[in-house]
Amino acid sequence: MRFLRGGGIVGFIIRRVLLGLVVLLLVSVIVFVSTQLLGDPARAILGRDATPDRLAALHKQLHLDSSKVGQYFHWLGGLLHGDLGTSLASSQPVTSVLGARLANSAVLVVLAAVVSVPISIAIGSYAALRRERIFDTVSSNLMLLLAALPEFVVAVLLVILLSTNVIHWLPATSPVPPGTHAWNYPSELIMPVGTLVIAVAPYVSRIMRASMIEVLESDYVEMARLKGLPERTVLIRHALPNAIGPVFQVIAINLAYLAGGVVVIESVFNYPGIGLALVDAVNNHDIPVVQALAMLIAAVYVVLNLLADVATILVTPRLRTRL
Amino acid sequence: MSQTESAPALAEGVDTPTPPVRSSTLLVRSLRLWRTRIGAVLTLILVLIALLGPLVAPHGVTEFINKPYASGSVSHTVFGTDYLGYDVLSRFLYGGRSILIIAVVSTAIGVILGVVIGLVAAYARNALDDVLMRLMDVIMAFPQIMLALVAVSLVGAKNWVIIFAIALTTAPRVARVARGAAQPVVERDFIGATEAMGLSRVRILFGELLPNILGPMMVEATLRLTYSIAVISALAFLGLSANPDAANWGIMIQKNQGALAFEPWGALLPILAIALLTMGTGLIGDGIARTAAGIDRERGE
Repeated sequence: MRFLRGGGIVGFIIRRVLLGLVVLLLVSVIVFVSTQLLGDPARAILGRDATPDRLAALHKQLHLDSSKVGQYFHWLGGLLHGDLGTSLASSQPVTSVLGARLANSAVLVVLAAVVSVPISIAIGSYAALRRERIFDTVSSNLMLLLAALPEFVVAVLLVILLSTNVIHWLPATSPVPPGTHAWNYPSELIMPVGTLVIAVAPYVSRIMRASMIEVLESDYVEMARLKGLPERTVLIRHALPNAIGPVFQVIAINLAYLAGGVVVIESVFNYPGIGLALVDAVNNHDIPVVQALAMLIAAVYVVLNLLADVATILVTPRLRTRL
Repeated sequence: MSQTESAPALAEGVDTPTPPVRSSTLLVRSLRLWRTRIGAVLTLILVLIALLGPLVAPHGVTEFINKPYASGSVSHTVFGTDYLGYDVLSRFLYGGRSILIIAVVSTAIGVILGVVIGLVAAYARNALDDVLMRLMDVIMAFPQIMLALVAVSLVGAKNWVIIFAIALTTAPRVARVARGAAQPVVERDFIGATEAMGLSRVRILFGELLPNILGPMMVEATLRLTYSIAVISALAFLGLSANPDAANWGIMIQKNQGALAFEPWGALLPILAIALLTMGTGLIGDGIARTAAGIDRERGE
């Protein structure tokens, strides 16, 4: 396995991309095999009308008459061409069924990421600097308690606070009508995005604080201080780049979590994104949609982790010697 | 850090193996912190409610009391009735047991699997490391709640399916942290020394490496337990359970939340219970993390 080593940073990145593709290929096999367990989609569509003739005809139409391996490669070939198949529930192409849903979920995830990542890095770093003082004590304890709360509990608590029992500021559900864009309903976005931010920010800020404290206690930061560098330079040039390494991984994991974990939050707020689409597709035995969503969420995860690994290597010179 | 800076430190013997902290020592010492004590008390109360609640419940789980959402004074109960007209307090006392047991069992399986895989990967430092971590990536590519959701809808909302799904999705996340914590330890000189002494790989992994990452692993385990409780109650909240009207905190929140404005206890009690339980385990984990960090600091001085 010599080819898996060497080549410096470029070699590492190429290797990592290839490994990412292998992971996606394995994911596609798992997705395909496990969705076979959902049963015969032709039978599910036809229901009681399933005469042998009609079943055979539909099998041919859905390419279910070939072998399982043939079906897999047919499906994979379609994926590579951007053809995700036809939704069994609506008889529309999966891409057009999921397009609007995907845009809605992307709005949620991007807004949540844009709000939560800078906030949590700032809070975590500042808490590390003001260690054991009032800001650190308050923010760390608050983040700790928020981090522990399940997101649907946060969501329901927000509903209690902001739209039913205490004050009636915001709508309790966010049913963006079909054919319209989620960003046209900012008041409906506040609660789902707020829930996602509360779900992610504590975790990232906690890791940032821990990482920063570890770095601040390290020999090289002490060295930099002893050399008489201004505190500002010590923090920004020496501490922050080293502290942020472990945080990339956590941000990547949390962003991937956002992409998949919107399921619960979209259900609470009845928000028409991919999470709600997944729940519907699973209940309707709409196999092409389940396959497409599983592949999509998995691909988001693989890409984010790839970026995190590369970023970690780039900011941690020590690890480069192992390449 | 440049080579010239680190070399003298090594020569002075800074990197001598420190005797690892025992997990019981870590736990006892962490109880000196108020946050661990508060966390332990919260967790203990909720665990007692979940485990012993059914013994003290005034009414049965499916005992009809009054019309749905009758207030306490109308139905002569403490917290009124729920969406089915059953006693909220009794359903609450019954509703935590299954969540707690499934969470503990699935987390334990997942953490043990994850630690073993993470240690093996960190120590291997070769193609096996790549293969193991890529396999973990494949599993992690499916978010925990999504994998559990699909598994439950494929096979059914049986307890073993939920335990399997949670353990399977917990293991790679633990493995990643275990590998990350073990990697710097593997680089240290005393591991090379144990290799030179001819210790078996199993001894090196579990006798030398594991004790050195016990702090982060205990923190990770409590964190994972917190997440497992969240996912398991979320599955029930989404309506994915064998009995959609079972006495279960997640189901209670989902079914009773429509009455939040006028008869809130049916949803509020289980929300508070899950919130306090997860906050309790979260506080314990943080207490252990702080204690482990404190011990490391003492050693460093």
